[in-house]
Amino acid sequence: MISKNFITNLYLGLFLILVSLIDVSLNSFFKLNFTNFLPGSISFFLPLILGTIGLYLIRSDYTGLKQLDILNKNVNTSNFNAVLTLLIIFLIIKAIPPSMSWMILDANISGDSREACTGTGACWTYIKVWFRRFMYGMYPNELHWRINSAFILVIVLGMAGLLATEKLKKYLALYYVIIYPIIAFLIIYYLISGGAFGLEWVETGAWGGLSLTFIVSFFCLIFCFPLGMIFALGRRSSLPTVRYISIGYIEFWRGVPLITVLFMSSVMFPMFLPEDFFMDKLVRVIIAITLFEAAYCAEVIRGGLQALPRGQYDAAKSLGMGYWKMHIFVILPQALKLVIPGIANTFLALVKDTPLIFVVGLAEIAGMLAMAKTNPEWLGFAMEGYIFASIIFWIICYAMSKYSYNLEAKYKTER
Amino acid sequence: MNNKFKRLIPQFFTLLLVVLIFGFFTFNAQVNMDNRGIDFGFGFLKQEASFDIQFSLVDYDGLDPYWWAYVAALLNTLLVAVLGIILCTIIGVIVGVARLSSNYLIRNTAAWYVEFFRNIPLLLQIFFWYYAALRALPLPQDAEPLLGVSYLTIKGFYIPAMIWENLNIFLYSVILAIIGIVIVRTYARKLQENEGKQLPVFYISLSLIIILPFLTFLVGGVSLDFEIPVIKQLSITSFTYVGGIGLPPELIALTLALSLYTATFIAECVRAGIQGVGKGQKEAAASIGLNPNQILKLVVMPQALRIIIPPTTNQYLNLTKNSSLAAAIAYPDLVLVFAGTALMQTGKAIEIVSITMLTYLSLSLAIAALMNWYNKKIEIKEK
Repeated sequence: MISKNFITNLYLGLFLILVSLIDVSLNSFFKLNFTNFLPGSISFFLPLILGTIGLYLIRSDYTGLKQLDILNKNVNTSNFNAVLTLLIIFLIIKAIPPSMSWMILDANISGDSREACTGTGACWTYIKVWFRRFMYGMYPNELHWRINSAFILVIVLGMAGLLATEKLKKYLALYYVIIYPIIAFLIIYYLISGGAFGLEWVETGAWGGLSLTFIVSFFCLIFCFPLGMIFALGRRSSLPTVRYISIGYIEFWRGVPLITVLFMSSVMFPMFLPEDFFMDKLVRVIIAITLFEAAYCAEVIRGGLQALPRGQYDAAKSLGMGYWKMHIFVILPQALKLVIPGIANTFLALVKDTPLIFVVGLAEIAGMLAMAKTNPEWLGFAMEGYIFASIIFWIICYAMSKYSYNLEAKYKTER
Repeated sequence: MNNKFKRLIPQFFTLLLVVLIFGFFTFNAQVNMDNRGIDFGFGFLKQEASFDIQFSLVDYDGLDPYWWAYVAALLNTLLVAVLGIILCTIIGVIVGVARLSSNYLIRNTAAWYVEFFRNIPLLLQIFFWYYAALRALPLPQDAEPLLGVSYLTIKGFYIPAMIWENLNIFLYSVILAIIGIVIVRTYARKLQENEGKQLPVFYISLSLIIILPFLTFLVGGVSLDFEIPVIKQLSITSFTYVGGIGLPPELIALTLALSLYTATFIAECVRAGIQGVGKGQKEAAASIGLNPNQILKLVVMPQALRIIIPPTTNQYLNLTKNSSLAAAIAYPDLVLVFAGTALMQTGKAIEIVSITMLTYLSLSLAIAALMNWYNKKIEIKEK
């Protein structure tokens, strides 16, 4: 099977690949260049040329050597592939030392003042010192337990639905759509902003950081979902007035950028309210984002409604069900199951959009970063701040997208 | 009669509700504006704007009226949108194809690129490029020339400007070449349908688009010069480049962030589109004797495009709308200039926010209509 010729090629090829990898690694880790004697550009491209020749020599359709076959099949099917493979490997080797030394080796994390950052690398002390601000905004330090406990309560109440017995299950939708949002609102309102039950009043201007992201996206989600459902049904209604109003609503909000909606909420909205009626900026922003996201939600739910076969409608009607009965007991439960991934995506987009409230002056995490960045004591650490925030958001969004895949698999019903 | 009545009642109440809501808002707005002594109207558009825009494609200065500031700002928005759409399509198609590569490393690199950039808020990415990455660039006096003629500095990207002579003749020749290509393509299609012959359309088109404009340089009196940016000392420590075109760092950061972010979504569309073409289609095409190039061009791509275009249109729309994030890094786009500066100066909240929203709305609807038309053109015409 394996000719003697190929064995020679194999050893020669592996040797060449090894040489090229060693060359790049030495260059990258120890700043050595043992091909110095060659002219500049040849010395630069030498590892690539050697590696390509090496990969060419070890390429074969079938050799019987398991590892070699896997290697050939996955990264070495043609010359073009071989070059790309080498380029990616070299890039990784080249990128490791500078990023490692910046992020870990030369970085500082000890201490709690600017003076602690002496190295040439990242200054994680900055993140450590500002951590509470990034999480809770300008909320008073000694009251942070209120935010934490409010979140824990809301999450526990949200989980309560999972414990419902068979008998209570029929009220679950009612609980999540109406009762839960109200309770959650009251908890967050009284616990975080205080003003009653002996709790000190904290105005919404002091709210901020990541906790504000959670508050805004949580409320927008629970409010935009029922609203979206209404407009989705409206868009599929047979009544022309209802349909056109729904279409107009959905297309309008989908056609404008969120940032203009936020501007509208902060400068135009107060004009539309009665004279002596004052509405908090945060509430206005939540209303604006809810109206905006409801349009996207409606389109996702409409997709689910359209995917249901006609037979479901006909069957429900033939049982003598009216419009509302048919939708609540037959259509919506099935349609909502279909749109779980879509809803999860909408929610993901919502979470990613919340930093935008920074433009109307609410100090959410992006706003706190901007504030920390311009603090005269901590100038020049923008990079660390943005990397920190990006990592947090990345973890949240990645986890959510993976969770939505799981949900999709869990609720998949065979038809 | 009874049935008709039953249908009318809910419609009547919906309409009543909407009218009431609008009426309530209008009434309040009227009262509020009366109290504050503001009157409703668009007359302010003709007044002198008296603010400056840092970067604009048209001639603009503070003496011009508000509507001209609006045009300048709108053009800046469109510039970012067009640049972003071009760049994100290129990156997105490459990454989308790379995700289907047989090479393990390429496939996974592309997958990680998508997972990475997709899950970080766009605003943070824009901030990252603008405040962190581009701030690490050298000062104008320390910049190394790129390709000998352009300079990437902390103050922006300076590239050579093109100075044309008889530009119109050159443009006519390009239009002529495009018309020629359309004629050749129609003829080639007819030839293929009637006689089954194939013309090398691609090479003919390529040569047309190269040769015709090139001829104008030889005989049409067209000439092209490059004005290379040259460093100039403003004071002891301050340097800048004069000549050439200077792209401000805001534009670069915004375009980079927008296209890298949107490209992840386009990559997913492209991947889904190519995967959506059944294996049987390729096998059938191969079995009637088409070569791999023809399979890609005549069988796979037309079908894949039908799947790719609708979601990609959506992404283009999103990019255009997201370009309004420019306001966060002070790139003078529509939101910053018009809904920001102009609103502060005039106090005409309702008028200005409505104009801004309507502009984006019509931009979105225009792109959607254009793409719908294209989509209709390439969709399967079932017999």
